[in-house]
Amino acid sequence: MKSDYFKKLSFGTKMSRFFMNWIFLMMVWLGFTNSFAPQELLVGVFLTALISFLGIRLFTCCDLSLLHPVRLFNILKFIVVFLIALIKSNLDVARRVLSPSLPINPGIVKFKTKLTKNFAKMVLANSITLTPGTLTIDIVDDTFYIHWIDTLTTNPEEAFKEIAEQFEEILLKIF
Amino acid sequence: MNYIIYFSLTVMILALILSAIRFYKGPSAGDRTLALDTMTTIGVSGIVLLSYMYNRYIYLDVALVYGVLGFIGVIVIARYLEKAL
Amino acid sequence: MSILEILGGILLVIGSIFLFLGSLGIYRMPDVFNRLQAGTKASTLGAMATILGVGLLAPGWILKIIIIILFIGYSNPISSHALARAMHKRKAFMYFKGEEIDAYKEIEEKDNTEK
Repeated sequence: MKSDYFKKLSFGTKMSRFFMNWIFLMMVWLGFTNSFAPQELLVGVFLTALISFLGIRLFTCCDLSLLHPVRLFNILKFIVVFLIALIKSNLDVARRVLSPSLPINPGIVKFKTKLTKNFAKMVLANSITLTPGTLTIDIVDDTFYIHWIDTLTTNPEEAFKEIAEQFEEILLKIF
Repeated sequence: MNYIIYFSLTVMILALILSAIRFYKGPSAGDRTLALDTMTTIGVSGIVLLSYMYNRYIYLDVALVYGVLGFIGVIVIARYLEKAL
Repeated sequence: MSILEILGGILLVIGSIFLFLGSLGIYRMPDVFNRLQAGTKASTLGAMATILGVGLLAPGWILKIIIIILFIGYSNPISSHALARAMHKRKAFMYFKGEEIDAYKEIEEKDNTEK
């Protein structure tokens, strides 16, 4: 079934995916070697091209359209929103851990998401895990199951508004 | 500057001790795995700090590989506990 | 002392304190899910801040430092999610303050009837 899905893709989609993976892996290679010496760059170009050619069925996350300026701007915005939420969540954890009475009221809630791509769902799940008081337990199709350290509501829509809305509206613009 | 590094290392060792207590006490296997994961994360940052202290660039590779192995280990243990392996 | 060194030192102190708070959370919380919450968040930000502090102290290493930071930020939530799901499927003890709120139970009941 997977190969069917792969055969249906047009040649252009495959090539744009290949180049996106190549660029991404080349950046990782630069980070690993930490140098711009020509021999290292040459080995890196060949190795990363080989890996992205062999792994073209596996790395299905993104293609060259990710480099569109509007999307790049949205990615930057997402990173800023995410960092603010990360710092907030840590202050929240510090407050809960340091207060002697442990003010927690845990429970598991669920909500539905509008995202369709698997990779976008994974990014949303990871961001939810790192934001204040929430932990993704599972994703079944489009339903997220969240462990909430301070359960304010069990209604899915209100929980969605409280937890995931700020990330999802940016992610919808990226993917 | 040295005092800051010594302070950070001391706090990290205190954190390691607390996680080790949870690793020893932990009522279930999940608690122990979680304590192991946290100890790995603390260990990675400790190795990076030590590599700055001894001024050895190559130790960063040790930290990276240690992080990768710890991650894979936790995933394998979790899948095993789920009876899916 | 340059401005980078001062910033790096501040990040080192903040990061190690957050690592300590994460371990304290693991030690104090009543059940495995709350321990996962405290442990994941605090130790992720703590490790990121510490490593970024080293990157500011030694600016020549910044590329590999960024790779390590990205890897930690990517892998920690995934491992905590895998552990949480495994522990829920094993019916680990869950602490509730008042009534039981557990929306994930329906999935497990469906799985059991399919078997």
